[in-house]
Amino acid sequence: MIANYGYKDGSGEYFISVDTEKCTGCGDCVEACPYGVFEVVEDPMDPLSDDQVAIVTEAERKKIKYTCGPCKPVSDRPPLPCVAACLEHAISHSW
Amino acid sequence: MAEDTTSKDYWRWTESNWHDPDMDWREGDIISAGVDVGSVSSQTVIMVDGKLYAYSNMRTGSDSPKSAENAMDWALEGTGMTLDDIHYAVGTGYGRVNVPFAKRAITEIACHARGANFMYGPTIKTVLDMGGQDCKAIRVDQKGKVVSFLMNDKCAAGTGRGMEVFADLLGVHITKVGEMSLQVDEEPPMVSSTCVVFAKSEASALLREGWPKEKVLAAYCLAMAHRVVGLLERLGIEEDFAITGGIAKNIGIVSRVEKELGIKALKPSLDTQIAGAIGGALFATALLKKERKKK
Repeated sequence: MIANYGYKDGSGEYFISVDTEKCTGCGDCVEACPYGVFEVVEDPMDPLSDDQVAIVTEAERKKIKYTCGPCKPVSDRPPLPCVAACLEHAISHSW
Repeated sequence: MAEDTTSKDYWRWTESNWHDPDMDWREGDIISAGVDVGSVSSQTVIMVDGKLYAYSNMRTGSDSPKSAENAMDWALEGTGMTLDDIHYAVGTGYGRVNVPFAKRAITEIACHARGANFMYGPTIKTVLDMGGQDCKAIRVDQKGKVVSFLMNDKCAAGTGRGMEVFADLLGVHITKVGEMSLQVDEEPPMVSSTCVVFAKSEASALLREGWPKEKVLAAYCLAMAHRVVGLLERLGIEEDFAITGGIAKNIGIVSRVEKELGIKALKPSLDTQIAGAIGGALFATALLKKERKKK
């Protein structure tokens, strides 16, 4: 499953996507993110499974444009810590 | 002098309850319930062995636990069933953690996917849920499992709440908005503001310019449809496609979404507002089966 967390507003689209097929629930992204955007829980979109997956916390979903801002300078953008930390390439950003 | 307030409640949509008089729930092995406490409306669906038995659909009050209880009581009305007869209840929606009698809370995205699969059958692939306070685009597989989803709950554009604001501004009853918006010879340019608050100011200006109500509603419905199509396109659309939630009852939005996408939405066989609660009740059935198997 591709879980898109975030929102679209007048200024653009801000979504962090997690591919739950690839996510192993290892939690490397949780440790890599300096702002606590991720957590690992039982997949909330699949209540009948016990698999652990990374999700974007409820509190961050409506403000990721701002929370993720410091990791996204306008020029010379280094690899995002969350994306780089995920060895399964399960995380991507829309902006 | 007493003022007649009811005639001014333009936002007030029709509440309803129903139960199947031909079904004897006492013969059922599994009685499950799904309670969807949304931001605007609350629904309870009761299922007997995975078959729809009863439901209610009413307005959410300021107190979420009370709203859940009210919706449950109304669904049980006239059935002879009591809360104690229900083996497993699942809470979903915005107020899902506040359903006092629910054994488990499940996100509304999972429930809507499952509910749409029940309502429209296994061919359903894309679901657009236009709720009271958010809008969700969900891709599902033939079993009703979520394949991908995208939700917008940061702003009221594309939601029932946005439509209520316009019904109120124009003094048109919410159930008449859709039809009225189609009574224009040609589509006006859409309201340009995304935000409902600014869209309302824009509409006030259009009314001052002398636009008839129909034209203003058309401009707003067009903008709302365009907005949700943007969400759908981001996710990708595959037929069959259906719209759930309260706005699915608004022909002015449904027809414009269909037109912009170039595909038709499936016609609902049940009240589109109960999709989430249906999903909840189906999960309750499945979870109880899982629990019994373990014992």
